[in-house]
Formats: sequence, C-alpha cells, structure tokens
Amino acid sequence: MRITVGKGSCGIAAGAAEIFNILKDAGVPAVVTGCIGMCYLEPIVNVDDRTFVRVTPDAAREILKFIRGEENGAEQYAIPQEDLDNLSVQHRIALANCGIIDPENIAEYIAREGYAAAKKCIAAMSPEDVIAEMKASGLGGRGGAGFSTGLKWSFARAEKGDKKYLICNADEGDPGAFMDRAVIEGDPHNLIEGMIIGAYAIGSDEVPIAMEGIVYVRAEYPLAIIRLEQALGQARERGMLGKNIFGSDFSFDIRIKAGAGAFVCGEETALIASLEGERGMPRLKPPFPAQKGYWKKPSNINNVETYANVPWILRNGGAAFAAMGTENSKGTKVFALTGKVAKGGLAEVPMGKTLRDVIYGVGGGIKNGREFKAVQMGGPSGGCIPAELIDTQIDYRTLAATGAIMGSGGMVVMDETTCMVDMARFFLDFTCKESCGKCIHCRIGNRRMLEILERICAGDGREGDIELLSDLAEQIKAGSLCQLGMTAPNPVLTTLRYFRNEYEDHIHNKKCTAHQCKPLLTYAIDPEKCTGCTLCARKCPGKAIAGEVKKVHVIDMDKCTKCGKCSEVCRFGAVVVD
Amino acid sequence: MTCNCAENKSWKFSDPEIDIALLEPTLEKYGDVAGSLITVLQKAQELYGYLPVDLQAYIACRLGVKPAKVMGVVTFYTQFRTKPVGKNLILLCQGTACHVNGSSGIEQAIREFLGTEEGEITADGLFTYNNVACLGCCSLSPVMMIGDKTYGNLTKDKAVKILKEIAAEG
Ligand SMILES: Cc1cc2nc3c(=O)[nH]c(=O)nc-3n(C[C@H](O)[C@H](O)[C@H](O)COP(=O)(O)O)c2cc1C
Ligand code: SF4
Ligand code: SF4
Ligand code: SF4
Ligand code: FES
Repeated sequence: MRITVGKGSCGIAAGAAEIFNILKDAGVPAVVTGCIGMCYLEPIVNVDDRTFVRVTPDAAREILKFIRGEENGAEQYAIPQEDLDNLSVQHRIALANCGIIDPENIAEYIAREGYAAAKKCIAAMSPEDVIAEMKASGLGGRGGAGFSTGLKWSFARAEKGDKKYLICNADEGDPGAFMDRAVIEGDPHNLIEGMIIGAYAIGSDEVPIAMEGIVYVRAEYPLAIIRLEQALGQARERGMLGKNIFGSDFSFDIRIKAGAGAFVCGEETALIASLEGERGMPRLKPPFPAQKGYWKKPSNINNVETYANVPWILRNGGAAFAAMGTENSKGTKVFALTGKVAKGGLAEVPMGKTLRDVIYGVGGGIKNGREFKAVQMGGPSGGCIPAELIDTQIDYRTLAATGAIMGSGGMVVMDETTCMVDMARFFLDFTCKESCGKCIHCRIGNRRMLEILERICAGDGREGDIELLSDLAEQIKAGSLCQLGMTAPNPVLTTLRYFRNEYEDHIHNKKCTAHQCKPLLTYAIDPEKCTGCTLCARKCPGKAIAGEVKKVHVIDMDKCTKCGKCSEVCRFGAVVVD
Repeated sequence: MTCNCAENKSWKFSDPEIDIALLEPTLEKYGDVAGSLITVLQKAQELYGYLPVDLQAYIACRLGVKPAKVMGVVTFYTQFRTKPVGKNLILLCQGTACHVNGSSGIEQAIREFLGTEEGEITADGLFTYNNVACLGCCSLSPVMMIGDKTYGNLTKDKAVKILKEIAAEG
C-alpha cells in the first residue's frame, strides 16, 4: 500500500504536517510528496489510487481506519469526480512527478526514468546532438521571454574559455506566481537532471572546461532550498554530480545561492551582479551573459521550468515536444492560478489551449459565483486581459497581441469586485519599490505615474490625467535600460485600453464601481433594513453614526472617515456602500 | 589591506547582545572568497536578527571592502534590516494574489491589533510586522508567515486570532 501526503509549502500551510504526523504516529509508512497543483483541496492524502482531500485531523483518523480495513467514514473526504476531471485538461511534463514522487528520495525519481536522459546524453550523444535536439523541440525560455533554449545553449557552447557557468534562475519574483517553487519542492531531481544536460551541452569538450552550476533561489522559499540541498547531496552520492559523472570524463557540480529579496535580481545581468555579492543592478547588453557572465566567464542562464522540460525532451525526442502546441509556441506551460478563481493551484497545459480552458476548465471559474472580469498575466511586466478575450489562445504571439505577455506563468484572476485602476496603481507601486534606480525614466517616471494613479484612486483625478499617463508610459518604455522599467507601464496601458471607463468614472464621476477605492465610497444606512441594534454606532471610530436602540441609525458623512467598519459589522446588510 | 579589527579587542558594538565570536567561523570561511558579502550578511542577520551600522562597519573591515559598499548592499535588498525586530516577525504578503483577496484589510487589522507601524517593535517586544511581495503560497491568499509557519486563507479575525494565540504563549 502506498500512502502519500502532499507536503509542499502550500500543503503545509493548509495543515499537511499535522496530518502527516497523525499517520506517522499511528505507524503508517506515509511518504512525503510535493504539490500536485490542487492547492484549493489541500491537505491531500493518497492511499493507492484513492485520493482524500481537505483532510482535517478528524478525517485523517477516518483514513487511518480505511487503511486498516476497518469500518470508516473516509468516503466523505474522497476527491469529487469533477476535481479529478480538471486534471484531464492538463498535460504534465515539467510537473510530471510533482505530487506523485517523494522529492526527498532519489530512488523514486530514478524509478520513473530519472537521470536516464542525462546518462544517455553523456554516454551516447555529442553536445552538438543534444543542442540539435533542443532546437528541434522548439522549447522557449519559460522565464518570460520565450527565447529558444537550444539557440541560447549554442551561444554559450560557442564561447571559448577554461571555465563556464550554468545558472538556474529560481528568483521567481512575479508576486502571484509559484510554478518554480512547486518544481523545486516537488521534483528537485528533474531540475538537477536538466542542468546536468545543459552543462554537458555547453561545456563538454576535448580540452576539459571547468563547469559549475548555481541555482539562485529567492530567500522566501526556505523549503525549496532545503529540498534542493538534500537532492544535490543524494545526486552527488550516486555519482550523478561531481567528478566524472556516470563514470564519464565529464565533471559538473551545482551549488545554491539564496537571494536576498529584490525583484530586479530576476533580470539576468542583475542576477549575476547579485551572485557576485553586489547590488543587483542590471547593465547594458551586449555583452550577453553567454559571452561575459558570472566573473566575466561565459554563463548560461535559464529558468527552473525551462530546465525541468529538458529531461523529457531528451527522453522522448525534440519532435515529440514540438508536436504539442502552436506554430510559434511549442510544448506545455505551467500556470499558477490565483486570485478570485474557484480552484486555485497549478495547471500545466499544452500551448494553444485558451484562457477559458485554464480559468474555467482547470480553475473552475470564479469564486462565489461572481462575474469574471479580467486576468493579469506576466505580473508587473504584463497586462490585464479582459473577459471578452477569454477565448484567446495561449501562445507567445497571441498573448502579446492583447498587450499582456505570457510571462512566467502567473495568472491572477479578477472579478467584478476588483478595481482595475487600483490594480494598475498596485503594480506601479510594486515596480517603483523594486526599481534599482539606475535610469531616470524608470526611477522618476514610474513614480510620477504612480502619483497620478494614487491621486485618481483618492478622488482627486483631473482632466488630462489619462493623456498624461499614456504619454509618460511611452517615454518610460523608450528610456529604460532593462525590462523592469520598460514594461512597468504595461499594466496601466492595458487597463487603459480595456477599462478606460473605470478611469473615467474615477476621474469625472468620483466613483469606484468595484468599491475598492475607499475615498470614493459613500456609506448610508437603509432605513428598511436597519434594526437599530447599535452595533455600527459603537464600532464607528469617527463617531459618525447616530441613533437609539431599536431606532433607525443615520450616518453623518461629514464625520465619516470611510473606514468601512460599519458595513463589516452590520449583520443585517443595512449599510449601503456606493 | 592592513586591518586589525579582529585583534582590536576594543571594538565595541552599541548592542551588547551582539557576540561577534559567533560570526567568526563565517568570516574565516568567506573572508577571502570574492563575492561573498551577501552570504556573510545573511549569516550575520540570522545570528543577530539585524545589521546595525557598527556591525556593517566591522564586516566591511574584515572583508576588506568599504563600509559604504556594505551599506549599499544592505539597503538594496529587502531581506536586510538595520533595526531589531520583535520576537515574532510577521511577514505579511502583499503580492498580487493576496492584494486581490484583501491583504490590505489584513494589514489594517494587524496594525490596529499591534498598535505599531510596519517594521516597528510592539511595546511588549513580541511582534514586528513587515509587508513582503509573495510567499509563494498564492493559492491560499491572503497569506502571512510567522517564523517558519505559513498561515493561509486569512480573514481579519483569523489573523488577529493567530496573533492572540502567539501572544498568549509569550
Ligand atoms: C525585472 C525582471 C525580472 C525577472 N524575473 C525572472 C524570474 O524571477 N525568473 C526567471 O526565470 N526569469 C526572470 N526574468 C527573465 C530573465 O532575465 C531571463 O530572461 C530568464 O531567466 C532566462 O531564462 P529562460 O530563457 O529559460 O526563460 C526577469 C526579467 C526581468 C527583466
Ligand atoms: S529600467 Fe529600472 S530597474 Fe532596470 S536598470 Fe533602469 S532603473 Fe534599474
Ligand atoms: S449595525 Fe446595521 S442594523 Fe445595527 S444599527 Fe447599524 S445599520 Fe442598523
Ligand atoms: S465607514 Fe467607518 S467612519 Fe464611516 S460611518 Fe462607517 S464606521 Fe463610521
Ligand atoms: S501573492 Fe501572496 S503568497 Fe503569492
């Protein structure tokens, strides 16, 4: 009998550690797995082919009885069929093992063809063959830009030198995205194997080149760092890392560098500066990292998910990968579905599916039966795609045509209670805080845009603000050195493009229809519904509510500070917010 | 560089809690390794909780770099703090997913409960809260992390209840 408990960060936050301990303490040989991607059902326990979800300590005790073949009440925690169906839209390559195998046990990875691809490459393929296979796969970098991985490797290979670096970008800075975390926590060996293959393709030569691998992981992912460290140790023990890998004359090892919290360090030249112990400031390219990277040596940088696709491609052939997807985007892509979506989690789907397939097919639509309004893709560099474009096909070009981008895979779903002006303000606030400060347009221009948006959200929007925003956006795009500054205006531009009416409402009518911008709201008490319970009056910090017991209460808007307390506490829905 | 900060026994730190001997193994290990400033600072913060200016100056001296460079790095990365924090550091996520699901309301509730602004220590020394930009548990948003524990699907009441429980434990 195989019993597993999903213990990714998300599972643990939902209480999986406690469940795991209940099973362990009862003598059940439960195995740890990573995140299967159905975060909304966490904690999840599998007993052979049965899946139990939202497992509470009580549920765990029923599952224990089930395991022991006793009479039990575990059935009520069994996964509903419709949730199982969500998996059928998916096609898992990067996530193939996540939530299935024990990430802390290399034997389980090996049992699922693990390290077979690396072994094959080193034993039977030339580096040129490997690169040709990668080119044939059409795999584009999953860090956001989608640049051909095979081509990138060929550049790093072409550079001469006695030392080269292979770097993995696990900075995952887009707030609202967690694909890379899931891969590292759930299947670290897949990443390691991908990196070994990359290192071999770039650095194996007749005159040996010293190859070193570095994974730059963001500091907020402590569990990922622990699991990866463990996995590296196990791979070393088995001769898959270190000197003379698989008994060949190729040597390669990997170390981890924990980031220190800076979004801009996801940009490759900033990442390199950070690795060198400096402030993470981007620099002009060329020279590209492939020419002059870490310590000025040829360096190849790829994203976690990019590497995680590599072993599959080498096992199944580039053509099999290229058979999935569209003309310009091959293979699959992992998305992190969050926000107002009913079933938040991870989804890996073939390119060419539509946003609807992901948001409704996997995500189950919108929470609480509300209306879908927009989805933000590409984080602070991306844009909001409105409801009317939900049938947009997922590929690099089609998404770019909407004004958003594929990005690294964050999909933050928004409903009618999300204010799009506030979202634009939110993203600019983020980019302003994260700007490294090198370029004037990024450092000051974005701040000016933010100030305008803050003004609009505070009810002080003016005639001409929209034009001013558009004008600044164009200048910032033109005048910034790196993509952080260049793309910072995108959330503003896309919301202006699709939700201009909301800007106009804010500016001209001083109204926020989504009821998010507090200064624009008014509070009133509906005399029909008010029972005179006095609760709101007692809670109001501004003493703005007058009334006696069992009599209708009234708000004095002159005193009201618009804190929202009254509408929160009223149990009779009598406070009308507009 | 001629430097005698290690021998200079009169090197006094304004915070008497700082036992510099604890950092010695790290300084030994990384003192001559180029590019290890961030690693040393991370270790120092892990040991002492924060990086006061005099500690920064000491590290600069030991690594043979200018104090201004150390301060430049410390102020660039959000992980580094120059002020001490309470016994329990609350990392409140303000990432996109958490924002959409109401993290600013959670912050308001936490601020009211603690009676402090971001980065300050409560009078009882128990708490400091900091806003962060995504803890990677976005599917459970809004999320906060205290110590190594992550709490998801927060509401204002739930967040305050968690803090009360921690406060009760002391
Ligand atoms: C501001 C900024 C942040 C970025 N953050 C990340 C990140 O967190 N993870 C990532 O893989 N790539 C990130 N990138 C993209 C990287 O610069 C780089 O293109 C990528 O790591 C290359 O790997 P790939 O070809 O496999 O996608 C970022 C770029 C910019 C401009
Ligand atoms: S665009 Fe912004 S983040 Fe990028 S280098 Fe310039 S100032 Fe720094
Ligand atoms: S809380 Fe609601 S019902 Fe009670 S007095 Fe206020 S408005 Fe009326
Ligand atoms: S919004 Fe706040 S200040 Fe205004 S009436 Fe309600 S409780 Fe009082
Ligand atoms: S946005 Fe809050 S955990 Fe990711």
